[in-house]
Amino acid sequence: MTSRRAFLAGLAAATWPSLTWADIGNPAFLAAGKQGQGFVLHGLSDLGASLFQIPLPARGHAAAAHPTRPLAVAFARRPGQFAFVIDCATGAVLHRLAPAANRQFNGHGAFSSDGSLLMTSEVVAEGSAGRIGLWETRHFQRIAEWDSGGIGPHDIKRLPDGRIVVANGGIQTDPLDRSKLNLGQMRPNLSLLSANGTLLDQAELPPEYRANSIRHLALLPGQIAFAMQWEGDKADAVPLVGLWSPGSLPRLCPAAPTEAHVMQGYAGSIAALADGSRLAVTSAPGGAVMLFDGSGTPIATHFRADLSGVAALGPAFTVSDGLGAVWACADSGLSLRQRHRVAWDNHLIALI
Amino acid sequence: MFRALILSVFLATPALADFPQAVAEHILPGYANFALATQTLSDAAATTCEAETLRPAFQTAFDAWMGVQHLRFGPVEQGGLGLSIGFWPDPKGSGARAQAALLTADPAVLEPDNFAQQSIAARGLFALERLLYPAEPLPADPCALIRATTHDLARVAALINTAWTTDYAQTVLTAGEAGNSIYLTRPEVRQALFTQLVTSLEFTDDSRLGRPLGIFSKPRPERAEARASGRSLRNILLSLQAQRALVATLTPDAPQTMAAFDHAIHLAQTLDDPVLAGVADPESRLKVEILQQAIKALRETVLSELGPELDVGIGFNAADGD
Repeated sequence: MTSRRAFLAGLAAATWPSLTWADIGNPAFLAAGKQGQGFVLHGLSDLGASLFQIPLPARGHAAAAHPTRPLAVAFARRPGQFAFVIDCATGAVLHRLAPAANRQFNGHGAFSSDGSLLMTSEVVAEGSAGRIGLWETRHFQRIAEWDSGGIGPHDIKRLPDGRIVVANGGIQTDPLDRSKLNLGQMRPNLSLLSANGTLLDQAELPPEYRANSIRHLALLPGQIAFAMQWEGDKADAVPLVGLWSPGSLPRLCPAAPTEAHVMQGYAGSIAALADGSRLAVTSAPGGAVMLFDGSGTPIATHFRADLSGVAALGPAFTVSDGLGAVWACADSGLSLRQRHRVAWDNHLIALI
Repeated sequence: MFRALILSVFLATPALADFPQAVAEHILPGYANFALATQTLSDAAATTCEAETLRPAFQTAFDAWMGVQHLRFGPVEQGGLGLSIGFWPDPKGSGARAQAALLTADPAVLEPDNFAQQSIAARGLFALERLLYPAEPLPADPCALIRATTHDLARVAALINTAWTTDYAQTVLTAGEAGNSIYLTRPEVRQALFTQLVTSLEFTDDSRLGRPLGIFSKPRPERAEARASGRSLRNILLSLQAQRALVATLTPDAPQTMAAFDHAIHLAQTLDDPVLAGVADPESRLKVEILQQAIKALRETVLSELGPELDVGIGFNAADGD
């Protein structure tokens, strides 16, 4: 029988800073959204229930989870002026990060394998040259920056071996109003950096797909999946998903011929199951989520208005939409998990 | 007097208007009409392959499609059914290419089950237009392909009509009820219909008008929709009229939206440029641009007046992604 003393000791241990993700067990996801007229970040359980919520000063976008501690950093939508370090056990905001002078956060970030370093995708405000901002994670002070290897970096992921992959979207953006300034001259790329920021490899798309902005990433065993947004002629049904094994050319994965127009040239979020057996890609304009197998063959498409966030948890995907619903997503279809009075924003970030 | 009182009460009561009326008065009749028109066309093609004889039934079927073409949700979304009826724009000419192969292919390919598996770009109204209004003499007798295409079109139209009447109408009408996993609330249906309106106005602006307009120094009249059958402007007009009719079923209280529709419809009715060839001439081009501006303004009014009236908007993510 548990004594009161043991119970209190356990409680004390549970609030000790060395608490880990495993101790908490939840939340499973972070998701930004719009609630009434305000912007918020929610921690969601594996079944989509809200465990905490934090007000945000402006629209949020994505988040990055610390590899061991129950910390996450939530990023503003680009051009971003804030990133919040959040204690995911309580929802408390531990640090508020602002970009360095003449830099803007660009929506995504990642921690190093040991969690000692936070890497943020950033642009030089004028010209959108890509940078990876580096922050130590004791006091979250900015310590340095790397070149991201291209224009307009957006998503960034850490591979299991510590290397970093960056989606340089190729779009030069007005620092104030998000207008796109170089649509005829885009050169998006995938850049692979060492854990020290050295450029190891880079992949570009064939010339006819240079208007396909590479924006979001998901990791499969031995492969990097990427999702794109087409800035060319809307009438062209181009592939919006690709797979890259560094050292070889990226491979594009078209939708099924009858569904080539479903996504309307826009892939919003991408996630992969840990075993690499499935990829899920969403399109809010198309109101759809498309599933592919690990070789990039289309498997299924499910429709739901304004679907955007997608995350992998165990053997299944969870997707969220701008109408407030959170769904389980399998080959066979969507099934409702939870409904909220929140318009879920672009991404759903898996924490475990 | 009693009668007058009843009449005045009746008149003072706003007409019932909401999405169930849109389903009953706009969507279901629209798909039924399209199914009927395509069946008539298919029946006609079974008796003759003479292009001139089939053209009136083709035009009627295309008119019927324009009555529902702005609805891109539900059954038409499944398996690319909507695109298999109207595959346009097709800047790379993939439909013409696939169709050229079908013209000289093994006749077995044209058997209904096989034909249904052919490229969506090689099927539907635009494929049929290339056979009934060929720009150049066709390389082979198109009779069998005309029959296969009209038969397939009628099959798809019947499939969509049946899906709506036997299933999807009920899905829409039971929005928000327990067990409905497609529409979790009634406002979600209003939002879906609102999205159709805004998206199809954008399509008319960007594609039906924007593609032939090109840029001033390089107009592209050859890119007008359904040019061979002389329907470019008619499609714009019928699309606007169908969308206006949809709005009328949804609410009696969107006066600015209705006025903006009426203005755009009037411009389309008086344009006198059936295939928008005038885009290449500065003076007549201006009239096409004025129509395009009216449609842009109409879209803005739909967003600013009809959206709040229905208490919906464009999807949070769809409106502005990243």
